[in-house]
Amino acid sequence: MSLCVSRMRWFPVLSLLLWICSVFLCGLYLFVGGFLLVRVEVNRTSSCLDALFPGQEPERDFCRGQPRFHKAVLLIVDALRIEFARFDPNNTSPRPFENKLPVLGETLSSEPSHSRLYAFRADPPTTTMQRIKGFTTGSLPTFIDVGNNFASSAILEDNLIQQLGQVGKRVVFMGDDTWESLYPKRFHRSLPFPSFNVKDLHTVDDGILQHIYSTLEGDDWDVLVAHFLGVDHCGHRFGPDHPAMADKLSQMDRVIRSVMRRLQKDTLLVVMGDHGMTDTGDHGGESQKETDAAIFIYSPSPVFQKQQAQLEPEVVPQTDLVPTLALLLGIPIPYSSVGQVLLPLFPPHGQSAAGALSQQEALWINAKQVNRFLETYSSVAKDIPPDALLHLRTQFSRLSSEYLSASRKGLLSSPELTSSLQDYLTSVRDTCRATWAKFNAFKMAAGLLVLALACVSCLILSELSLTLIKENDSIKSCSVVAVLAGVCVAVAQMLARGFVEVCWCVFGAALSSELLFIWKTYQAKSPSRKVANFRSLRGFLTPAAFILLLRCASLLSDSYVIAEGRVVTFLTLSLALYVPIHLNWHGLLLPQTYDSPKPSAVLPSPALPNSVARKEANTLIACLVLVVGSAFLSLFFHSCREEQGSCQPSQFLAPLSRMQDEKRKNLHYVLSVCALALYTYLIRNWMRSCGNLNATSITVFTANWIFPLSSVSLALHWAVSGTSEDSFKNLSELIGLAQVALPRAAYFLLTTGLLLIWLDPLTVFIKHKSSAQRLASSRLPPRYRASIGISPQAELHHLIPQIYQEMRRSLDDGELNAGAEEDSGPAVEAYGLGTVYSAPLLLLCGVLGVGLLLLHPEGMALAFLLLLLEMGAVLHIHASAVNLSRTQAGGFGVPWTPVVLWALAATQFFHSTGHMPTFPSIQWGAAFVGFPGGHTGTVLPATLVTLNTFASHILFAVSCPLLLLWPLVCEPQSSRAARSSTDAEVDEAKMEIRLRDSPVHFSSALLQLSTRYLFVHGAQVFASVCAAAILRRHLMVWKVFAPKLMFEASAFVVSCVSLLIGVTFVLRTDSAVSRWFKRLVPDVSR
Amino acid sequence: MWDQEIRAMGSCHAILAASVLLATVLPAVLVPGFSVYGTHLLWIYCVSTAVTGVSAVVFWLLGVTPPAKKHTVGYKLSRLFRSCLYFFLSCLFFHTVLVLYGAPLIDSALETFSLAVLLTSLTTLRCLCVLGPNVQAWIRVFSRHGAMSVWDTCLQITVACTLVGAWFGAFPIPLDWDRPWQVWPVSCSFGATFGFLTGLFAAPTWIHYHRKQLTYKCK
Ligand SMILES: [Zn+2]
Ligand SMILES: [Zn+2]
Repeated sequence: MSLCVSRMRWFPVLSLLLWICSVFLCGLYLFVGGFLLVRVEVNRTSSCLDALFPGQEPERDFCRGQPRFHKAVLLIVDALRIEFARFDPNNTSPRPFENKLPVLGETLSSEPSHSRLYAFRADPPTTTMQRIKGFTTGSLPTFIDVGNNFASSAILEDNLIQQLGQVGKRVVFMGDDTWESLYPKRFHRSLPFPSFNVKDLHTVDDGILQHIYSTLEGDDWDVLVAHFLGVDHCGHRFGPDHPAMADKLSQMDRVIRSVMRRLQKDTLLVVMGDHGMTDTGDHGGESQKETDAAIFIYSPSPVFQKQQAQLEPEVVPQTDLVPTLALLLGIPIPYSSVGQVLLPLFPPHGQSAAGALSQQEALWINAKQVNRFLETYSSVAKDIPPDALLHLRTQFSRLSSEYLSASRKGLLSSPELTSSLQDYLTSVRDTCRATWAKFNAFKMAAGLLVLALACVSCLILSELSLTLIKENDSIKSCSVVAVLAGVCVAVAQMLARGFVEVCWCVFGAALSSELLFIWKTYQAKSPSRKVANFRSLRGFLTPAAFILLLRCASLLSDSYVIAEGRVVTFLTLSLALYVPIHLNWHGLLLPQTYDSPKPSAVLPSPALPNSVARKEANTLIACLVLVVGSAFLSLFFHSCREEQGSCQPSQFLAPLSRMQDEKRKNLHYVLSVCALALYTYLIRNWMRSCGNLNATSITVFTANWIFPLSSVSLALHWAVSGTSEDSFKNLSELIGLAQVALPRAAYFLLTTGLLLIWLDPLTVFIKHKSSAQRLASSRLPPRYRASIGISPQAELHHLIPQIYQEMRRSLDDGELNAGAEEDSGPAVEAYGLGTVYSAPLLLLCGVLGVGLLLLHPEGMALAFLLLLLEMGAVLHIHASAVNLSRTQAGGFGVPWTPVVLWALAATQFFHSTGHMPTFPSIQWGAAFVGFPGGHTGTVLPATLVTLNTFASHILFAVSCPLLLLWPLVCEPQSSRAARSSTDAEVDEAKMEIRLRDSPVHFSSALLQLSTRYLFVHGAQVFASVCAAAILRRHLMVWKVFAPKLMFEASAFVVSCVSLLIGVTFVLRTDSAVSRWFKRLVPDVSR
Repeated sequence: MWDQEIRAMGSCHAILAASVLLATVLPAVLVPGFSVYGTHLLWIYCVSTAVTGVSAVVFWLLGVTPPAKKHTVGYKLSRLFRSCLYFFLSCLFFHTVLVLYGAPLIDSALETFSLAVLLTSLTTLRCLCVLGPNVQAWIRVFSRHGAMSVWDTCLQITVACTLVGAWFGAFPIPLDWDRPWQVWPVSCSFGATFGFLTGLFAAPTWIHYHRKQLTYKCK
């Protein structure tokens, strides 16, 4: 008998899982690397001293010089495409957006030395927020600017507004309220108007018009910024080709005229768009219609030279506005600007008035600032390619010496110097743009390809898990090929380009191993397996797959992503309801009560006796009600995102300490504590009823003491943190101490608990029978009565004792040899053996759940209770469905429906624990639980916030193996009794010990379950990756899809890790069980 | 016999479909200010009433309804009473299910209940007509081998189509298109009605093409 020594095949399970996880992660890494442009923010500020001329004129303070202009008016017309601004008098039948701004054309022809019109080229992402950031910092903002805190969008980088404030200029702002969130409290005066409603064309513009003229005529401003939104909103609503656009542009024409009439001599007027729009009125991407806005510069006094055609650019990059404005207004150029001054606005050297900067001087100040920034940036971040950096450095040092010698000789006006300074600035900007502001289409495509193949491999893996477990060598060749391919790509890059880009090595490795895997499994197909494959494919075309498809499709629409919480709940409910309908369709739900004489060929022969079946059906219906109820109640714990107009966030999300009303505070506290107590009680009670709380192992100690104690300390922590500051003044020190000590005690207890469970996961209680009892039991007629019912000690009356049949037999044999012929009872009783796998896993999840709850606001205890209830109900539904439809006791494979349900429930409770896939909704408070004074490092707070955000994903992924174990735990009891009465010898209830009978099947089922779970999550990640790739230029891409992608990807990573932990824990339990058997039956090597 | 039954079913379904169309068109002509979106509840009631009346009459005329075991007036009355009770309970049941699926709890209870009435008159009423007030039989019918006549199979198809239609009808609600038919419960009741009409058409067609496979043990 090899049963007692055989163990699960842990190596192939873990290695295959690790492989598929890492392939998924590689795909994500590649895609995100191409899509999410990351830039490191340099938090340094330019000062007046920076602008000094090197060594020459130390007495000349830049900021005290006479600036060219004292005042400036910035009229920003959102989405003012360059076509809107051009005026063509020959166009007799203009379209609604053409020739509607005649003021620009008239001014250009009547006052050519006062005005210029250029195309103003924005860098992608062409969204308003990024653009505002771009033309105030002079940098190239990306989606993620590292260093910016996600919680608020305030700009911390050096910028024009801050520099203007530093020299004491009064900046007055009116218009789009995005500015107010970017520059909170930076303006001398600000009149923000709500910008969110795209359908509203007039609120912002009318608000500005009410104030702008009086402000202009008044005297309490130096720089006036007015941001009109009507044109943009009109584009989003109607598109450019619509009469409403004509009205809007004509209104802008009148505005510009009135503003120009009110300008003073030393005032500069800039009319510009932040980006363009496509023919459908959208923006965000990188097509020329989106990037090319208009910029119109006007001064009441002449500034432009008349004949400078060769110096006039057609297209002005958006970054160039910042250095130009800064030098014209006499302030230092913001530190991170990579722009280039707009030369036509500066006089050539020698023709300048005293004090005004000449073209060459401006360029030199500009070049020095850019070089300073480049040096700082390359020392903090490494994303600029080293060869480009080296090239720029040599270029600058050559320039520097050239400029100094020229200025000494007084030859500053040489055009060569000007053009080489311009060349340097242009190449810096181009280098930066290539690094920050371009989607890398190749990386994105590579990521999509790797992810798609990973999904396919995952599916194959789940369908062929049994053969793959048996073969055991495919994974080795796959990993060898992966490493080889990675090294090959690296060497090829080294030879061809001289440096190695890691992502392409990763791509080569992942792609080659995937292709090898798919090819091998395709090759290995024997004809018979082909048939089996076809059948499993048809088995895949189920409502579960359809629901998964709907879920993935919903990720492609911004409305559904915004309403994700409800969508997922809807789908979960639908899938849960499908289970009983499906069973009923196959006639399995209700035992055939009406007695129609039907031939048994038509009806499936009932696997269970009627009474048992009815009981199972009742359990199923009751659990369905529970699932539906908890899913419905979980809707009340949702948070809100800004796109949901009239939405009130759940009351339970507010921490107790912020609640004013004492009565409600107490009520919430009591509710939360009750929920916590019930949570703890339910888990312990389940373990007790399975007989897992009698052993003397440390796991049982954890369940009996550490687990309840940590709950108690959590409840105390809530009480302490909920007390308002002023209620116990004399105890404030004590309260401060408790606020630190209690959560830390909980952390300590929970960590200890988790470690102890991991160290010894066995919860089996062994009772060696004394000979007297053996004699007593031998008198009982059925041989196994002793093992099922009679337990002599009172405290054991709850137990489901389990005796392992084979072990008992082997012991019997031994006794037979000893001549004890009359003995019939087993010598050893083992209690809790039937749930030996699930009990420690459940306890692990319970302890983990308390730990995660610690990081949430108090009210979330109710949500966690609902989570536990729904988890249990889904498990029971699955178990009942399996038991009702079980035809033969074969493999342990888990069908798709419960797996999809499980994964959907994880997303559902992500929302029901108060989370949203947006950055402002991250619960930063979690980082300060137990650390009210803050942290020194970043690892610990980041971990805490991650644990808080993905709590539900963690819990569902760790407990995923329960889906495999639960049908065995809930094995119908009376069928066993009924059968054991007829054939007592053969059929003893084995529950989870069944798994030990066929370790290969157990391993393959575990692998199948985990790959299926991974596939469900992987498909969702793939869908949101596709959404981000396809909808790159959607209005909502940076508000909805990109954050959704990041959350989905992080959730996937967290789920992978948690799933691996859960699976490893099951394997760990299995090895402990094997050791236990070995100890019990030492001479089993027969 | 097959042809006869299918023909009977076809004409019965044609009448039902016509009643739905009439319930939409007639009030639009007769009642001033009637529109399917604007006075949506009124439309729901019209369709419900029409379908209820027409199915009761048609099924009674066709004699599909299982014959009463006793012919006393009291028994018939109690049967009628139980049918009404089941109708009402089914409305409550659908209302609960709709709320659980995410319908507003308090705000538009009347709308939700109207939709529940519509669903009941499209599904439960048919069960009542074909099977009588017998929940056990209803549950039995919705299993693979539970259909005992052509009408049972037809019932399976129409009810499934109606419910699936209502389910699909919920899909456009979260979209930000601001169309009048996205307002609760317009899209769901449309979905249910379209599903019902589809079922009316699909059931005889399906039965016609699968009549070889269909075997009923007893009638
Ligand atoms: Zn904009
Ligand atoms: Zn816009």
